[in-house]
Amino acid sequence: MSEFAGTCPLTRTQVIDQYFMEHRAKLLDLAAFLDRIERGQPDEIADPRDDFRIAQLLDATKVLDDGQGERARRVLEVFSDPTEQPLESAAGLKGASGAWAGHPTG
Amino acid sequence: MQYIDPHIHMVSRTTDDYARMAQAGCVAITEPAFWAGYDRSSPQGFYDYFRQLTDTEPKRAAQFGIEHYTWLCINPKEAEDLALAKDVLALIPDFLDQPNVLGIGEIGLNKNSRNELKVLEDHIALADATESLILVHTPHLEDKRKGTRLIMDAVERNGNIKPSRVLIDHVEEHTVKDVLDRGFWCGMTLYPDSKCTPQRAADILEMFGTERIWINSAGDWGNSDPLAVPKCHVEMLRRGHTAETIQKISLDNPRTFLGQSPRFNAK
Ligand SMILES: [Zn+2]
Repeated sequence: MSEFAGTCPLTRTQVIDQYFMEHRAKLLDLAAFLDRIERGQPDEIADPRDDFRIAQLLDATKVLDDGQGERARRVLEVFSDPTEQPLESAAGLKGASGAWAGHPTG
Repeated sequence: MQYIDPHIHMVSRTTDDYARMAQAGCVAITEPAFWAGYDRSSPQGFYDYFRQLTDTEPKRAAQFGIEHYTWLCINPKEAEDLALAKDVLALIPDFLDQPNVLGIGEIGLNKNSRNELKVLEDHIALADATESLILVHTPHLEDKRKGTRLIMDAVERNGNIKPSRVLIDHVEEHTVKDVLDRGFWCGMTLYPDSKCTPQRAADILEMFGTERIWINSAGDWGNSDPLAVPKCHVEMLRRGHTAETIQKISLDNPRTFLGQSPRFNAK
């Protein structure tokens, strides 16, 4: 375990008892969401991974069960723009999509 | 339990929200200037907004016994237009002596562009020249990690501003350590979908401690919750955290950071 071991005052069983149902529901939402994409009307998305957001979402799920800690930080890093130089222009750009458009798809 | 919500956009909220916040223990708020959800058509639009923040809103808050403070700037979402930004920046010094103005904010970056960075540097220079505190907005979602670093670099490039006088807001798990390690204050924003949930904010406090950190609702015109701060307190209590810890992050820490401004009444 990491430098953060023991920082939550609850026991591990208490954490599970308190939060399991909420997160079971969130996982089911994610599963149903991926099913819903596949059930959608055909367009240029042949596979959900063809969309850069879903490609990153699925990559991020691999962090959950890789046996290493700091999953929240590492999931956020999967979705983050890894470049370092400022963008030439933000003209016409306002919002953020939640995933980096330069990420490989498919 | 008494608390301060140090980042909330009350111009977008109803008087019912003020009433409920007061009932929940809110004693003071600070309201940074931000994007209205549309681009203002002229500098005059900002002038009127600054009047609202320095005159109208404190009176509304006072009706509920809440102290109202504010921060002024042109926000990064409207900073791509350099000519507009220059005109708005020129308006700010006339408002900096108003009794509820704490400093420059919420400045920062949105899409991490060169023009946004230029306008950010101009704001940092204004804060330097006027010895003002700074409240920083970091970019959303995929742009946050890169933008947070660019912003901290820009403050450090100025050379005159102590990191202890700058609060970097909207930190999450992938930015909080960097911000604290470089000596800045940090804020966690409690949003239903983006940014932190009350549970994750409590996790971050457990992992990174309670020094130089606060929580806020950033309640605005979008999907947000003006009672998010007391809801996070409930989350902390149910995990066994003490009232002293909650007071530290939601009363003592805001008073310490904001009290660096002579206009903040840290009673
Ligand atoms: Zn804000």
